[in-house]
Amino acid sequence: MNLYEYMGKEIFKKYGIPVPGGYVIDNVNELKKYEEPVAIKSQILSGKRGKAGGIKFAKSNDELVNYSKELLSSKINNLTVNKLLIERMINIKKEIYLSITLDRSSKEPIIIMSSEGGMDIESVPEDKIYKIYIDPLIGYSDYIAREALAYLSVENKKQFSSLLRSLYNAFVNEDAMLMEINPLIIDNDNNIIAGDSKVIIDDNSLFRHDEYKIKDTDKTELENEAANKSFTFIEMGGNIGVIANGAGLTMATLDALTLHKLKPRNFLDLGGTDDIEIVEDAFSFVLKAKPEIIFVNIFGGVTKADTVANGIVSSKNKFNIKQNIIVRLSGIHEEEGRKILLNNGIKAFPDMNDAIKAISKIYEVN
Amino acid sequence: MVIINKNTNVIVQGITGHQGAFHSGEMIKFGTKVVAGVSPGKGNTEINHVKVFNTVSETLGYEPYASMISVPAPYVKDAALEAIDNGIKLIYILTEHVPVHDTMEIAHQARRKNVMLIGPNSPGITVVNESKIGIMPNHIFKKGNVAIASRSGTLTYEIVKAVTDSGFGETTVVGLGGDPIIGTTFSDIIKIYNEDEQTKQIVLVGEIGGGEEEKAAAYIKKYVKKPVVGYITGRSAPPGKRMGHAGAIIEKGVGTAESKINAFKDAGIKVADYPDDIPGLLQKL
Repeated sequence: MNLYEYMGKEIFKKYGIPVPGGYVIDNVNELKKYEEPVAIKSQILSGKRGKAGGIKFAKSNDELVNYSKELLSSKINNLTVNKLLIERMINIKKEIYLSITLDRSSKEPIIIMSSEGGMDIESVPEDKIYKIYIDPLIGYSDYIAREALAYLSVENKKQFSSLLRSLYNAFVNEDAMLMEINPLIIDNDNNIIAGDSKVIIDDNSLFRHDEYKIKDTDKTELENEAANKSFTFIEMGGNIGVIANGAGLTMATLDALTLHKLKPRNFLDLGGTDDIEIVEDAFSFVLKAKPEIIFVNIFGGVTKADTVANGIVSSKNKFNIKQNIIVRLSGIHEEEGRKILLNNGIKAFPDMNDAIKAISKIYEVN
Repeated sequence: MVIINKNTNVIVQGITGHQGAFHSGEMIKFGTKVVAGVSPGKGNTEINHVKVFNTVSETLGYEPYASMISVPAPYVKDAALEAIDNGIKLIYILTEHVPVHDTMEIAHQARRKNVMLIGPNSPGITVVNESKIGIMPNHIFKKGNVAIASRSGTLTYEIVKAVTDSGFGETTVVGLGGDPIIGTTFSDIIKIYNEDEQTKQIVLVGEIGGGEEEKAAAYIKKYVKKPVVGYITGRSAPPGKRMGHAGAIIEKGVGTAESKINAFKDAGIKVADYPDDIPGLLQKL
C-alpha cells in the first residue's frame, strides 16, 4: 500500500523525525489564514509532481487561496488532486537522499543514501550512492550512523544519528517496504527536516496495522472493490477480458495475448477455488470492465475444469453475456468441462495458443 | 539425493487445517514419509493415520528432517522459528501473504542454522519417484531427466505436464515461491541441479521482479554445461503493479522481463515465448 506524502509524514512525526509545520485540506474553506510563505503540495502518488505543476508557492493570502483552488480542481500526471498539504517554507542549505528499503537479494533491509538529494534516485550515478545493509535479527546500532556520516557530510551529527535510528524503527515497526525521504533538507541553522515522504506498507502486514486499512489510492475503483475478494483483479488498458488461475498462468496469458498483438483489459487470477459462485463473481468483475471479448484460461488442479465450465455457463445466463467467450480448459476434469461448454454452445480449446489464434481470427473478421 | 528422497522424514505443521489435512494425505499417496503432524491444541489426535502433537519438540522421536508449514500467515514466523530451533534442516512454507519482515527474519535465522528454506508462497518440492513436500498434483509427473524450478504454481504444473506428455519426464521440480523475499532462489537451485547426475537438462520459469534470474544466468554462463531452457512471465506487465504475486513487480526500473530474457539469452539459455514452446526447446538426449 502506497501512502500519500502527508500520511508518510504523520508516521515520521510519530517517530520523532522532524517535518515542516503544516496541515492538510480537502477544500479551500479549510485554509488557515496566511501568516508566512507556504508551499502548496498536491497529494498524489506520482513522482515528478513539482515539474508537472503540482507544487505551488504562496507569498500572500490571495496566492494561497487562488493556487489552492486551482490545484484542487486539477489533474496532475493524470491523477485527480483531492487533498493539498500546506507547509511552511524552509530555507535550504543542502538536500540529501535517504531511504530504507528491502534488498531482495540479501534478504535484509538496506539503507540507501546520497549527497545528491532532491533528484530521482534512479538518475543519480552509482558512485554517488552509498548503501548499508542491516541484519534484521541484529537490527540497528549506532555504528551504522557513524558509517553513514563517514560518507555524508552533515554538521548536526547528533540529530542525524537519532533520525536514522528513528527511520529504521519506523521501517520495522510499521512493516514498511520502503521509507524514502527525498529530499532530506538541511536548513541554514543546520536543522535536518524531512522535505518529502514516500512510504509503502506491506499489504500482507495489514492484519497487525488496522490504521492502514484504507482505500489504496494507487489502485483504480474496480481494483479497490476487488480488494476483499478471494481473486486478484488488476486493470489493464486493452479490450480483452481475462480470467485465469494462478498468478503465473494469468501473467503468461496476458503475455501471450500481447505477443499476438491483442490487448488484455485486465488481470484476473481466480486462485485455487472449486466454487461456481467465485467464477460467477469473477465474471461480474470482468464485465464491469466492459471487455469486447472474454478469454478464460484454466489449468485444472485444485480449481477443477468442470467447475469452471459450469461457472461460465451459469454466468453467461445470469449476466446475459453478449460478448464472445473463448475458453481454454486443460488439467483435472478437462474433458467433462469442455463437454459442458460445448452443450451450451461455447467452444473450448485444450491448447492456449489455439484459443488465442481463435481470438485473433475474430478481430481479423471484424 | 536432490534435497529429499524416499527416506526423508517429514512433519507437517498445521496438519489439521484444511490445506494441511488434504495435502498431507496427497503426499502420503505420493510416497512421502509423513511421520508426524503438529497443531497446537490438537495434540493426541490423528489425521491420515498420522499422529498429531502440540509442538515440534514432541515429534523429535520420529527424527524429522523436513517440515511443511501450512499455518495462517500471522503464525508462520513462530512456526518456522520453532522448527529451526528444534533442529529441522529443511523448511518449506506453503502459506501465502506472509509479512515480508517476518520472512526476512526466518530467512536469516535459517541461514545461521544451516537450514534450507523453500518459500513462502510456494507449491513445494517434488523429487519424482522419491518424495513430495507440497501441493503439486501427483499425477503430472513422470521420471525423466529434466529438472524444473519456477516462481509460480499453476503455471509450473502446466509446464510439468507438458514436459511429461512430450515424453521427457522430470527428476526434480521446485517451486521457489512468489514473494519478494524467498528462501531458496534460482541461483541456489541451479547449483543443486547442476551437480545432480540424473538431471541432464534444466528448465527455469522466472517472472518479473527482483534480479535472481539475472544472477542465475551469470552462474549458468560460467559454470553450467547442461542445456537450460528459460521462460519469463510478465513481459506485458506495467511497471509498479504487483501482478498477483507480491514479488512480481517492476520497481525503479529493476526486474523487467526484458532484462531477464536478455540475461538468459546472453548465458546461452534458450528462451521460450510461450509455455507451450518449452518441450520443443528441450534436447533429445
